[in-house]
Amino acid sequence: MKDLTKTLRQISLSAWFGIVVVSVYILVAFFAPVIAPYGETEIVGGVFEPWSDEFLLGTDNLGRDLYSRLVYGARNTVGIAILTTLLAFAFGSLMGVLSATIGGWLDQLMGRSVDVLMAIPQLIFALLLLTIFGTSIINMILIIALLDSTRVYRLSRAAAVNVVAMDYIEAAKLRGEGLGYLIFREILPNITAPLVAEFGLRFCYVFLLISALSFLGLGIQPPTADWGSMVRESANLISFGEVTPLIPALAIALLTVAVNFIADWFLHRSTGLKG
Amino acid sequence: MTDNDLLLNIKGLRIEALSDDGWNEIVHGVDLTLKRGEVMGLIGESGAGKSTIGLAAMGFTRDGCRISGGSVVFDGEELLEKNEKQKQALRGSRIAYVAQSAASSFNPAHRLIDQCCETAVLHNVLDRDTARDEAVELYEKLRLPNPGEIGFRYPHQVSGGQLQRVMTAMAMSCKPDLIIFDEPTTALDVTTQIEVLSAIRDIVRQFNTAAIYITHDLAVVAQMADKIKVLRYGNEVEEADTRIMLSDPKEEYTRSLWAVRSHRSVEKPAVKDSDVPIISIQNISASYGSDGPRVLHDVSFDIHKGRTVAVVGESGSGKSTTARCLSGLLPISEGCILHNGEELPISSKQRSKEQLRELQMIYQIADTALNPKQRICDIIGRPLQFFLGLRGEEKKARVRELLTLIELDPDIYYSRYPTELSGGQKQRIGIARALAAEPDFIICDEITSALDQLVAEGILKLLERLQSELGLSYMFITHDLATVEAIADDVVVMQYGKVVEAGTKHEVFRPPHHPYTELLLSSVPDMNPDWLTGLLQQRAAMDGSGESVKRPEASNPKESVCQSN
Repeated sequence: MKDLTKTLRQISLSAWFGIVVVSVYILVAFFAPVIAPYGETEIVGGVFEPWSDEFLLGTDNLGRDLYSRLVYGARNTVGIAILTTLLAFAFGSLMGVLSATIGGWLDQLMGRSVDVLMAIPQLIFALLLLTIFGTSIINMILIIALLDSTRVYRLSRAAAVNVVAMDYIEAAKLRGEGLGYLIFREILPNITAPLVAEFGLRFCYVFLLISALSFLGLGIQPPTADWGSMVRESANLISFGEVTPLIPALAIALLTVAVNFIADWFLHRSTGLKG
Repeated sequence: MTDNDLLLNIKGLRIEALSDDGWNEIVHGVDLTLKRGEVMGLIGESGAGKSTIGLAAMGFTRDGCRISGGSVVFDGEELLEKNEKQKQALRGSRIAYVAQSAASSFNPAHRLIDQCCETAVLHNVLDRDTARDEAVELYEKLRLPNPGEIGFRYPHQVSGGQLQRVMTAMAMSCKPDLIIFDEPTTALDVTTQIEVLSAIRDIVRQFNTAAIYITHDLAVVAQMADKIKVLRYGNEVEEADTRIMLSDPKEEYTRSLWAVRSHRSVEKPAVKDSDVPIISIQNISASYGSDGPRVLHDVSFDIHKGRTVAVVGESGSGKSTTARCLSGLLPISEGCILHNGEELPISSKQRSKEQLRELQMIYQIADTALNPKQRICDIIGRPLQFFLGLRGEEKKARVRELLTLIELDPDIYYSRYPTELSGGQKQRIGIARALAAEPDFIICDEITSALDQLVAEGILKLLERLQSELGLSYMFITHDLATVEAIADDVVVMQYGKVVEAGTKHEVFRPPHHPYTELLLSSVPDMNPDWLTGLLQQRAAMDGSGESVKRPEASNPKESVCQSN
């Protein structure tokens, strides 16, 4: 308990900002039906109605309430991004650590496959794969997770290689420990710091990639509310000097910043960096 | 003595270090005076403040430290009142510093000679061409091989002992008045240490340079210093001329430092021919990689129950490689290893759990041997659970028992992390982890070489106690012959991957020796301040070639070893 209060007191101001923002997003995503005045896909008014008491942020090109869609968007966009990033990390870091621990042909095979995957620009590759396998949320999650896991793989392999060279790993190997113990008890605890920092960054990239794909029409499909596609649907308004299309973009930016503040703080804490 | 003779005058020096709860004083008012051409030895265990004081003599502190009081007067000028730029003008040109690890102090991307000349050129003492010529001259004075050519190599292309001498040349390049040597030979093995020590001593005398020589090795400081200051916990214990200090130390603490070297193990009964050795290494050869050069040639020796076999030799002699073969990490290409008369599978992966349990290992560097993310109870508890199947309360009780056995209080250390322990305590945890498996044979790979003498002494005593209580056998790898004398029953001397001499301690240490054993034995510094002078004269008389240390010819050319690097 004493430890907890001490940790809480040591949280920096920027990290507090990050924590508050992320909590608000989570609450909004969780209680979306309560907060939103209208349904996610409900057509409630005229096309492109301006801001008013009735429609807080106006309506979109089909007459749906933008505020309600923004709230539901938190659910879809953030939820899918978290799921995708977690998947990418589970797969990527496991393969990375496995490569570093076993070495030899497995390391070579994994390393070269990842090189091939990384040789093609990510967005174009994602577009290509989505066109081949068809656009669905499951496909999108799997494809982005796979493409992003290559980055996680390289990081976790590089970090794990340093740990594998340590004498305590040799001691564990001499004890005859199994691969599972080596990876989960000896190696992973020592590489969490870079992985967590990368998680913050990766989450943002995934988030932006989903939004970009949605903006291009290959991501989350209408009528599901999503911040990326919302920008596209009301993009025309920008030429009339309206700020409305920028609001979903702002929501994306704010979350990106907040997540990185938290990752920074965690990195400082776990590596003992000062300042 | 007039004030002009006084080169360095430190009065009431106080230094503070930043920790989690603010500034803590780590040096509590130390005085130090040094005349021109005088060599002062600073000794004490780690954490005594030796290096901190040494750096303060240049008006410098490490990050997170500050000088909070006292004065540092160098050649009549108060250093602490000078600004950074003025101090920088002094550093390198009039005060120089030689660090402990030459390997990490050189920039690997530049040639040695460019780094040597940099200081002199930067301080506008010499132009580049003169500086180069002088550097070559210094190399010659420091007895570096090929002085004209060695400077054009990169740091990784010369040996550790040579690098340390090049660093001394670098410090000498501006002909400074004061040089601070911070443990310059601690990382070197005994035979190389001699070369560096004699080179440093000669050049310091030649240029009449004053020096502060920081070390924890008393025998080394006895050779180098005119007077010795003993430090402890940032306080001065005592100061006296070298000879007086060695023959008649005043303080109890100084005497305890002196006494470390006098520790001797109890004689054990001789081995009977009928005894089956616990480990028998029979004609093993090994190489790194399937077609790499051989690093071990036909090595054989036995280790008997309850005895300690010390394997000695300089770095690269194959000591640790033998240990790796024993533990099954490096496959042997010929020969076999018997454990209680049974042949051990070559690879650790093919050995049974029981075979793995009975052979444990303690590592040189405790920092990398303990997982920093695991608590002490997990580190020691794991082998208990893995080998002996202990769980829950049973495991907890045994961990506490083991902690008591290695003389650490279980209430304090049970749930700590390794980073919260000192070097000696970490090494004790390493021992406890090995003991947890209830082995009958432990490989100790240079386990005391990273520790200072008092702490190392404690570890050796602990190992000896455990041996007599539990009947353990040790294979003790070391390059320090003082340690061998303290703990070993049998000695195996290795050179270039071969056993050159083996037998009981008395057989090996009693003449006639193999020439290599002779070289090793005579290179161990003695507490007698005339030892180095005497040894050098003796060696010079023997070969007359002018080279201070001549290596005995090995039956195997050294090239074959070098290629593997």
